[in-house]
Amino acid sequence: METATINNNFKSEEYFINMGPQHPATHGVLRLLLTIDGEIIKKVEPDLGYIHRSIEKMCENDSYQQIVHLTDRMDYLSSHINNEAVCLAVENALELEVPDRVKVIRTILDELTRISSHCLWWGVMGMDVGALTSYFYGFRDREMINDIFEETCGARLTMNYNIPGGLMHDIHPNFVRRVKEFITHFKTKIPEYDRLLTGNIIFQKRTKGVGILNKVDAISFGATGPVGRASGYSCDVRKYHPYSALDRVHFNEALHTDGDSYARYLVRIQEMWESISIIEQLIDYIPDGDHKVATNAVIKLPKGEYYQKVETARGELGVYIVSTGTKNPYRVKFRSPGLSNLSLLNHITVGGKIGDLVATMATIDIVVPDIDR
Amino acid sequence: MTNQELQDLITGWFTDPAAVKLEFTEEGSQFLNLSIHPDYLHELMYYLKLNRNTSFDYLFCLTGIDWGKELEVVYHLESTDYRHIMVVRSKIEDRENPEIESVQDIWATANFHEREAFDLFGIRFKNHPNLKRLFLSEDFEGYPLRKDFVDEKNMVVK
Repeated sequence: METATINNNFKSEEYFINMGPQHPATHGVLRLLLTIDGEIIKKVEPDLGYIHRSIEKMCENDSYQQIVHLTDRMDYLSSHINNEAVCLAVENALELEVPDRVKVIRTILDELTRISSHCLWWGVMGMDVGALTSYFYGFRDREMINDIFEETCGARLTMNYNIPGGLMHDIHPNFVRRVKEFITHFKTKIPEYDRLLTGNIIFQKRTKGVGILNKVDAISFGATGPVGRASGYSCDVRKYHPYSALDRVHFNEALHTDGDSYARYLVRIQEMWESISIIEQLIDYIPDGDHKVATNAVIKLPKGEYYQKVETARGELGVYIVSTGTKNPYRVKFRSPGLSNLSLLNHITVGGKIGDLVATMATIDIVVPDIDR
Repeated sequence: MTNQELQDLITGWFTDPAAVKLEFTEEGSQFLNLSIHPDYLHELMYYLKLNRNTSFDYLFCLTGIDWGKELEVVYHLESTDYRHIMVVRSKIEDRENPEIESVQDIWATANFHEREAFDLFGIRFKNHPNLKRLFLSEDFEGYPLRKDFVDEKNMVVK
């Protein structure tokens, strides 16, 4: 073990401590094995698998309609987007063109999901650095989105609203009105967020220059979503591989170049504004028509491989389906954004203080069921 | 680069493409698929990332597939400069002791993804610095994503 002599009398020594699995700052059941020397971090090793359910193995025995339901148990804060990823993969494989109405509704719900996820992240981020108020603000605004989801989708968290071929039901008559009400409300709230945290000097001191990730490393580690974009790596799947109604809206990709925790924070705040802009462009123009196209009760994908990328609130989710032509997939792989984003934790926290680890983890915004699957 | 240009360029790197089992196909996939013998994979991957024209700097998916007789490792690559995508695959015939060179020195993200493939398929990645199970406990027996894995207690087979 490495030792260093201080003042000839005291010796500092490296030692291990466990953070988690039941630690409030790990946002789920994640255990970190820390090697520290005093307050300085020497090594961070995540220990995963506490909520591994082997969703990929379960998929091999399920029909394609059933797989959709498993996906919102992965990243439960982006459940609608996860559902959509599987549906898009199946629809592309069947060469099924869904009605315009479905595409627009899916995109509106995607962006609502993103705002709701970022609201929760913002609240928890504040709590991780010691500001309890933000938690209640974030949850207050998220509640309005959950109410919209409950009315239209029938559930607040695990929505299961997408099915291969469209949507399970048509939208609730109140949907458009309530989304507009939420947008009006939320536009006055983001400046409030800024006043509470963004401009707060204590908050800035905790996050600026902490956990720096450069662009080359971001690409090499496969960082996507706000983590990648805060390092100047342009990686928005919505821009590069647009899906659903994203080809008809205009939005800016939130990019920052500092690569520190504060940049990751700013990217998410900016993404909330962009999501609002996307919803505003679509909400008045939901086309009439059916909410689904009929598919066979038993869906059999043609032999081959299908890959679909979508942008969840955390980054790039990939669904890789290998089919042999039967009613069950031969192999399903979910490329989760969380696993790649977590793998760079050791790289950006080594040499920093243990208190900064918590703030850095908050800005990476991990959801453990997404990593463990 | 288009798929045809990629195919011509990469074939040109080898004096005898048949000797390393280099094959291209676009059948049954939306991307260009390249398959190669596992012994030559690492060298090819190295050039795929460093060559100025291919520049595959982003490994977005790494996984295994159990085809019964053999195990296959599949790498999805994308270039952030040109935004072209290619799939590299390699079949390992030895099921008892499947081994392939690790690519974690080329893409750092491969570290965790290779540990996942080792955990669930039992594929050993040579020169990996920390090849341990990622999700399952160290004393877990068998590799669950293999097709011949049986667990009568916890698995529901329909």
